[in-house]
Amino acid sequence: MDFSALLSQLLNGLAEASSLFLVAAGLSLIFGVTRIVNFAHGSFYMLGLYIAYSIVEHLMGSMGAAGFWLGLALAAISVGLIGAVVEIVLLRRIYKAPELFQLLATFALVLVINDAVLGYWGAEELLGRRAPGLSGSIDILGRQFPSYNFFLIAIGPVILGLVWLLLVRTRWGVLVRAATQDREMLGALGVNQAWLFTSVFALGAMLAGLGGAVQLPREPASLSLDLRTIGEAFVIVVVGGMGSLPGAYVAALLIAEIKALCIGLGSTTLFGIPVSFSKLTLVIEFLVMAVVLVLRPWGLMGKPQATSRNSAPVEAPLRPGSTHFKWLMGALLLALAVLPLLSTWLPYASVLTQDVLVTVLFAVSLHFIMGPGGMHSFGHAAYFGLGAYGAAILFKVLTMPMPLAFAFAPLVAGLGALVFGWFCVRLSGVYLAMLTLAFSQIVWSVVFQWEDVTGGSNGITGIWPSAWLDGTRYYYLTLVLVVSSLFLVRRILFAPFGYSLRAARDSALRADAIGIDVKRVQWLAFIIAGLFAGLAGTLYIFSKGSISPDAMAVGKSVDGLVMVLLGGIQNLLGPVVGASVFSVLQDSIMRATDYWRAVFGGVILLLVLVFPQGIAGFFQQLAEAWRHWRARAAVKAAALPRTLEKQA
Amino acid sequence: MTLLQVRDLNKSFGGVRAVDGINFDLHEGELLALIGPNGAGKSTTFNMVGGQLKASGGSIQLLGQELVGRRPRDICRMQVGRTFQIAETFASLTVLENVQMALLSHHGKGFSLFRSARKMYRDEALALLAQVGMERHAERPCSELAYGDVKRVELAMGLANDPKLLLMDEPTAGMGPEERNDLMALTKRLVVERKMAVLFTEHSMDVVFAYADRMIVLARGRLIAEGDAQYIRNHPKVQQVYFGTGKTFEHEMAQQQVQV
Amino acid sequence: MNAVHSTQQPVAHAASELLLEVSALNAWYGAAQVLYELNLNVRRGEVVALMGRNGAGKSTTFKALMGMLARRQGGIRFMGQEISTLAPFERARRGLGFVPEDRRVFTHLTVTENLEVGRQSDRHWPDGSEALNWTPQQLFEFFPNLGAMQDRPGGQMSGGEQQMLTVARTLMGNPFLILLDEPSEGVAPVIVEQMAQMILALKAKGASILLSEQNLHFAGLVSDRAYVLEKGLVRYEGSMAELAANEAVRKAYLTM
Repeated sequence: MDFSALLSQLLNGLAEASSLFLVAAGLSLIFGVTRIVNFAHGSFYMLGLYIAYSIVEHLMGSMGAAGFWLGLALAAISVGLIGAVVEIVLLRRIYKAPELFQLLATFALVLVINDAVLGYWGAEELLGRRAPGLSGSIDILGRQFPSYNFFLIAIGPVILGLVWLLLVRTRWGVLVRAATQDREMLGALGVNQAWLFTSVFALGAMLAGLGGAVQLPREPASLSLDLRTIGEAFVIVVVGGMGSLPGAYVAALLIAEIKALCIGLGSTTLFGIPVSFSKLTLVIEFLVMAVVLVLRPWGLMGKPQATSRNSAPVEAPLRPGSTHFKWLMGALLLALAVLPLLSTWLPYASVLTQDVLVTVLFAVSLHFIMGPGGMHSFGHAAYFGLGAYGAAILFKVLTMPMPLAFAFAPLVAGLGALVFGWFCVRLSGVYLAMLTLAFSQIVWSVVFQWEDVTGGSNGITGIWPSAWLDGTRYYYLTLVLVVSSLFLVRRILFAPFGYSLRAARDSALRADAIGIDVKRVQWLAFIIAGLFAGLAGTLYIFSKGSISPDAMAVGKSVDGLVMVLLGGIQNLLGPVVGASVFSVLQDSIMRATDYWRAVFGGVILLLVLVFPQGIAGFFQQLAEAWRHWRARAAVKAAALPRTLEKQA
Repeated sequence: MTLLQVRDLNKSFGGVRAVDGINFDLHEGELLALIGPNGAGKSTTFNMVGGQLKASGGSIQLLGQELVGRRPRDICRMQVGRTFQIAETFASLTVLENVQMALLSHHGKGFSLFRSARKMYRDEALALLAQVGMERHAERPCSELAYGDVKRVELAMGLANDPKLLLMDEPTAGMGPEERNDLMALTKRLVVERKMAVLFTEHSMDVVFAYADRMIVLARGRLIAEGDAQYIRNHPKVQQVYFGTGKTFEHEMAQQQVQV
Repeated sequence: MNAVHSTQQPVAHAASELLLEVSALNAWYGAAQVLYELNLNVRRGEVVALMGRNGAGKSTTFKALMGMLARRQGGIRFMGQEISTLAPFERARRGLGFVPEDRRVFTHLTVTENLEVGRQSDRHWPDGSEALNWTPQQLFEFFPNLGAMQDRPGGQMSGGEQQMLTVARTLMGNPFLILLDEPSEGVAPVIVEQMAQMILALKAKGASILLSEQNLHFAGLVSDRAYVLEKGLVRYEGSMAELAANEAVRKAYLTM
């Protein structure tokens, strides 16, 4: 690559960085003040692009060049207003819900917005107009460089400066910075937090919308932009350091430039080995993030995070289930055991149940590290995928007998968790979550690109259990393995290790002071969770017969999060209930409508608003209220005869 | 016998010397109070002894073994127990489980995967709770306790490793006068019974003068005085940087002297 | 300091100048009730101490007054208006200033910025006279220590300086009534002394203060009246002098 090509790529990277920065800055601001990890931020970006497309089409006819620029501004403002509405109508109601619950709500928003865009603009990609006056290109060392890119290069630093001034020079900025530390105190000093939050959310959304709008002449609007953008924005915010705007800009620059370089380098030979750098672009930002987080656990310019003052209520101590509960579980197990015998009447039931069981195991393994472990994993699908692909490769490529492949595959996932976990447990909070996401992205892209072994995007097919384990027998194998895994997980939680795990989560400081090796406890928990997720993957692949990289993509990790949060993170039964409800809902809604995402998102939003403690948590509360009421009734009943005696 | 020997200990945070070359000894069976204005370096000193912070220089020796450079969990294994300024317990465990956890860890059972922990070291845990007067609350979640009670639970956990040295960072902060005396009388009794030593920081002068055998005074990271109550009370520099005119506490002191 | 105290008579105001009137206040932490049918009032210009052992419900009372507890019930009239249904920020805007016991300084913000967070517009009493209003400049004169470190981040201040900053921050809201939670808790004796001087100086300027305190001696130095709480119930109320003389009450509920 010659110098002019390099320069052109670097300039491209600079232009790319601006949009990324705008999205990441908004995300960072919103997280800092409201503590919400806004999954819908990519959707705001996407909306910005779509809205800009429509407004510009409309205005340029009547106003000409001015219409283009006005259109971009109006698009950003519209997205800001949408953000305000979202905050007022939805988020404001759930600020007091447990941590991460808002994440669930914003994820539901992603689904709803995506279908809304599909309904209004259709599935076709839409390419916007060129910027009037900047549609040409400039000659740099003999290469044509689009002049619009110079506008993009400038807008990032300009916005950075403006937002920085806003934060440092205005009363609003002082309040925002105070709110990142202690919002309750802010209220006690007479500041209306509700409007502060709304304004921050609106500003964040507007920045994302602007980031999307300015891409109009460069990038076609498409429905896949939301998740792709949110992934990149997360990476930038984390690499730069949560809450640091200059950090976000530096990170955006770093990642955009490294990506541009990879594209520029293309396929070359390094030390005699052919290396395809362009293929690396799928994963390079996650590699950068992994490296940065290992070296600087709080990002390039971030600070260690102070514990937020607004923590969810403390989890109640674990108690063994009541006798009633054990009977109920026994009955349920019995029902599951006889289900295949009813296949004449319920032909689909055992197929669905088998899927549900596998999903339950996946969710339980995630809950194990998220709930009692307190480590929020955004990339748990990696271990599910390692189990599934492990089985497929052992079986097909290494031609192992099926039972042996089945037995070893979960160990592959466990091995993955052993390696990744070692890094992950060194971090905490959002940073840990992001590193899990990074590792899962890396695994995914290896699977996606290693076509010789994994079959690339086509995946691997023809992986069926041995004949003696087929059909109903496989159902029973699944039932037995899943149920005994659940029993084992429960057992571990009530064992000293389970105590250590919860102790490490509640207070790492205290745990360390009484001699617990916190990191090792968390590492072992990570491995255990990986093993069980791997087992779920193994069970999955032999029931489906094939696998593609989709089965371990980010979406699958998010599904797991939704299940755990939906069921209630503070409850051992939560993931079981959450996974069951999730699978059945998804199955029935997907078959019923094309707009299943919107319906599904709507249902999640409804559940979030109605059951802020999760479904299982809600029923636990009901049960407690019932017990309370009965206890009081019993006291009254006991008191009654005595008063009667007295009267007698 | 000298249990703890601190020599030329110092700690800098980005160029600022929080602790600046302090020396002191702590003997078996002794209650040594570390006092001084907020920000004098008391907690920093504490956290260096406990291993939560690494000293920038100097040495801390427990019975001849160097503590500087060791991690908190290793220092715990050397029979040093501690409580924190803001009590740190496991909020989602019951009182009993908190102490059981400390015992499990002390006995190296923290990684046991399958055995139910419910019955393990239950009696020992209850005995420790009885020592601090918390056995009635054994089954309650730690998150529900009054603050003074949380501090007692913390003390029970600090005793689980049968410590030779107990570090108590503001043990009576947030307590009423009666609770203060109860807790410190208990501590004093434990020191005698268990033949251990206690290093504690404290702002309540009634507690310090009534229970400390000796006190050292820090100001701006330096040790400015060391001695018994009589000596410290009349030390002009201590009066200047810490006590002030003494008007707000001389009343309590008078009361204390009657009691002691 | 005692001399100051004896010459300082409570500013006399009619009963109509009742600032705060709490009737039958109940409050809960989760399922546990921590305040029972609490009645108390504060008049303009008074310094009233809320006394009691740890866990007696002093801080809970303050949080309930500020609306910072999820579950509470009962009447709170402030300046003649019912405020018990208002959000914390609305109460603060009516002129109820709260200084929490655990300081809660914004550590990344400078002293000046901390004050800015607390700023509210000037107030006037219903009779039109100007309330005790503050500007940062006046506060820096009142707290010379803070004046010398206007650009220092809150996190780099000593405990005593932070204590002063939280009070100053609340004063920036020009409160009609200051709720001061445990001013003498957890700070060096020399700071405790400064706090006492500060309260007396505020009182001399006509401020009204409700403070919670465990230290009878400290409360005796600064307050006119006292309520004694035990297990969420008011067990005693009277003038500070009466309380100091009443050994039975002191022994039963305060135990010095």
